[in-house]
Amino acid sequence: MTESELRLKSVQYRKTILKIIHHAGSGHTGGSLSCVDILNVLYNRVMNVSPETFGDPNRDRYVQSKGHSVEALYTVLADRGFFPLEDLDTLCHYQSHYIGHPTRHVNGIEQNTGALGHGLSVAVGMALAGKLDERPYRVYTLLGDGELTEGSSWEASMTAAHYKLDNLIVIVDRNGLQITGPTEKVVALEPVADKFAAFGYAVRECNGNDPCELVNLFDQVPFEVGKPNLILAHTTKGLGVSFIENTVKWHHKVPTQDELARALEELDGAEEALKVVPL
Amino acid sequence: MSKANLDIFAETVLELAQQDRDVLVVTSDSRGSGKLTSFGETLPAQIVEVGIAEQNLVGIAAGLASTGKKVFAVSPACFLTARSLEQIKNDVAYSDQRVKVIGISAGVSYGALGSTHHSLHDFAALRAINNIDVVAPADNFETRETIKAAIRHPRPLYIRFGKKAMPDLPRLNDTFEIGKARVLKSGTDVTFIATGETAAPAVMASEVLEKEGLACSVISMHTVKPLDKDCLLDVARQAQVLITVEEHSVYGGLGEACAAVLLRAGITLPFEIVGIPDEYTVTGSQGEIFAHYGISAEGLAQTARKLLRVGSRV
Repeated sequence: MTESELRLKSVQYRKTILKIIHHAGSGHTGGSLSCVDILNVLYNRVMNVSPETFGDPNRDRYVQSKGHSVEALYTVLADRGFFPLEDLDTLCHYQSHYIGHPTRHVNGIEQNTGALGHGLSVAVGMALAGKLDERPYRVYTLLGDGELTEGSSWEASMTAAHYKLDNLIVIVDRNGLQITGPTEKVVALEPVADKFAAFGYAVRECNGNDPCELVNLFDQVPFEVGKPNLILAHTTKGLGVSFIENTVKWHHKVPTQDELARALEELDGAEEALKVVPL
Repeated sequence: MSKANLDIFAETVLELAQQDRDVLVVTSDSRGSGKLTSFGETLPAQIVEVGIAEQNLVGIAAGLASTGKKVFAVSPACFLTARSLEQIKNDVAYSDQRVKVIGISAGVSYGALGSTHHSLHDFAALRAINNIDVVAPADNFETRETIKAAIRHPRPLYIRFGKKAMPDLPRLNDTFEIGKARVLKSGTDVTFIATGETAAPAVMASEVLEKEGLACSVISMHTVKPLDKDCLLDVARQAQVLITVEEHSVYGGLGEACAAVLLRAGITLPFEIVGIPDEYTVTGSQGEIFAHYGISAEGLAQTARKLLRVGSRV
């Protein structure tokens, strides 16, 4: 997929995310909108995985440690054909497999997540198995910035460096906000890049909402042979809708009918602009 | 006296790993306490060390298992089932990653080291978690069979044992299956249902009582979950008194599991749960702690006499 097509996809995905959260009456709006460009690039450009190859032992793997942003993941997986988009009409409904955090009941999902600080260890295990068996796959995991206060993330980081897992790509969705407020006011995380570097990662930073920058970085993996890769993806929580962007309450606020209409209007405008002037 | 169940675990997992390169052990600075030093020297590519990081141990084990590896995650039961309980619940059980979670030096094996090192909660905690089975083998035979069966077990599994040499227990036959209790001996006056390393004192108690003319059953309920209800109900229907024995809190373990099954089936009989009471656990070796709380030949015999109301016989 070209970079202009990726940009268009990102806008379309944002519309779907808002629609399914509104329909479900539940969801994590801000975080899904901040990480969706990362998922878009991973599934449409970077990762060697598809519905047809999901059982292939050499497939690339993705673990979403920030499981609460599952609406972005469902949206991208549906678009990639892992399941029909209409299935998401049941999101969070009684007896639906499409619950508010990823589970392996849903085609395309590798690991159940939702409790924070778990995904990185699991991804380390997957990457280690790839090294042991000399398989070519890579393992991608997406962490929220707020979850970096979970100590288990750092346990896993030490192991990733010790075993020289350069087939592991950790992406931090650095949107700067968590449920209580700005991360730096809750418990300061900075300097995030230096911390990961000190733990043995090859660290790169980019605008995590810019598909071009993301593609450029992913193309450079491994950043350094023998080191796990860390992409500090600077993002805007709620990106794409003016009244949702960078607003703490939209961490898990569900758009009303009126808010949905206004948001879709903004995104329709962005979509039309991209169609008129392809980048 | 045979070997410690821990030694049998280490021997068996090495044999399995030599036959199958997908068998891995993952340790948290626990290869020495897990008797896995020899494993590490023999098969260095099949041991993964994560350092003192039990949460990470279980998460990594889940990730390895997701690729088809047959993973034994080995750490002292006290840490493994408390500090990393959420990883067992989510990364292993909920995610259906078929890790073999191995709790070494379980119960009060680390007796004198204090409650930080005791696992008297693990049955209760894991019984309440969906999609993980719980096994506490009694002797060397059961340990070897449990580890062999673990490789092909269709669900996540928790196995716990101690580090003290265990006697070989009576064996009516050589069959073993996870989820199927073993009848070590049959008699209808007193029935002991024991799990793990308390089966040995239960057998010794039965020998004391048999000298007093009482016929005893001893059931090794090695699988605490899923409980072998058929066996339990079968022996309970014939028993005069029934005593459960476990190296675990009296809350939430084998005893309460059995009581629930019996009551639901409408079976009432003189019944006692012998385990570690809800108190600051006494200091001592595993044997001393067992004796203190009546998990001994004489202690269990006394409990039986009390239930039979024949205490005056002695």
